[in-house]
Order: sequence, then C-alpha cells, then structure tokens
Amino acid sequence: MGSGKISIVALSDKREQLQMAAMVASVGAVSGHTVLVFVSMNALRYFVKGRREPAPAEGPVGRILDEKKVTPFQDLFANAVELGGARIHPCSMAVDVLGVQTGDLEPWMGEPMGLMQFLDEAEGGQFWSF
Amino acid sequence: MAEKKVIDARGSFCPGPLMELIAAMKMVNVGDEIEVLSSDKGSAGEIPQWVKKVGHEHLGTAEEAGVWHIKVRRTK
Repeated sequence: MGSGKISIVALSDKREQLQMAAMVASVGAVSGHTVLVFVSMNALRYFVKGRREPAPAEGPVGRILDEKKVTPFQDLFANAVELGGARIHPCSMAVDVLGVQTGDLEPWMGEPMGLMQFLDEAEGGQFWSF
Repeated sequence: MAEKKVIDARGSFCPGPLMELIAAMKMVNVGDEIEVLSSDKGSAGEIPQWVKKVGHEHLGTAEEAGVWHIKVRRTK
C-alpha cells in the first residue's frame, strides 16, 4: 500500500488537465495515499453542482475523450472521495471571486480552504499541479 | 460459501474499470470472487497491480476477443 501524501492543485479549465488531475487523485486515493485536492482559478466553475457541460479540449486527445465517453473528471473526483477518502477543497479566494456558496458546489467537496492551510498540509509530500 | 460477481466494464477507460472494481469490492464479503470484463488494455495491467498493492488476490487474467477477464478475490 502507498502511504504517502499527494497534494494536487487544479487550476486549468481544460479537459485534459482536469482529467489527469482526477486520474491522479482517484488512483492515488484508492492506492492508500492521502490525497488533498485544491481547486482554484478557472477550474472551479466545473465543480459547481450539476455543471456537466464538457470542459474545452486543449488538443485532439481532449476531443477524443469526449467522443469515446471517457469517465467524466467530476465522477473520478467523486470516486477519489467516496472510494479512497480523498479531500477536495475549493480555494477560498476563488470562491470569493466567483461569488459561489459552498452549497453551490459538488456535495463531495469540502469547505473553502486558504492557501496557507493547503501549503502546510502539502508539505513533505508529492505535489502536482494541473 | 464464496460468491462470484461479474462486473461488465467494457467500453470504460482507465481508471474506470478499476473504480468499478473497488466500488464492488466494498460490497462483497471476504473470500468472494469478482471478475472484471474490460475492453481497456491499460486496465488489464493496472487492476492486477492495484490488487497486489492493496493485498487482495489476483486469480488470473485472460483475453478473449478483445475483452480482458480479470479475476480477483477479496482477502481482507
């Protein structure tokens, strides 16, 4: 079993980036890692409850992901939480800037988190940014 | 007596079949066997790795007409 810590910052609104972030989060979490995801900037709007229109593709692979109906990144993030105990938090700054309420976000997301807390929790583990 | 369960994950891509297996694993009893059907070659490699990593038992993998049959047993 893995026993390390994986901290992920999801910033991009591009399909490929969000898909890979969700893959790392879900596979990491179900493999025994402690996974923390911090969602900020342009990524956050895709975590609003019920928002399922596809994120724009960066390139051809992103378009193929849609054509082949690959598992949506939102579902993989939910798997990370429900099957692997991952914690996924919106960035408090992005929440304020976008004017969203905690109840507007996917139910498997935690409370808004500040950058200082995230950096403290991420210290000493793997760090991934998408 | 151990039960056998089949998960049809054909058409799903990595890590979808693995996630379906893990969700099913939580629902079965220790000793039960799960067979995952997957059309994704990557998952045919990933699932046995996960099974080994977390300490369950990989009973075997066989490919038939582009579908991988991955059999695992819950051990704990």
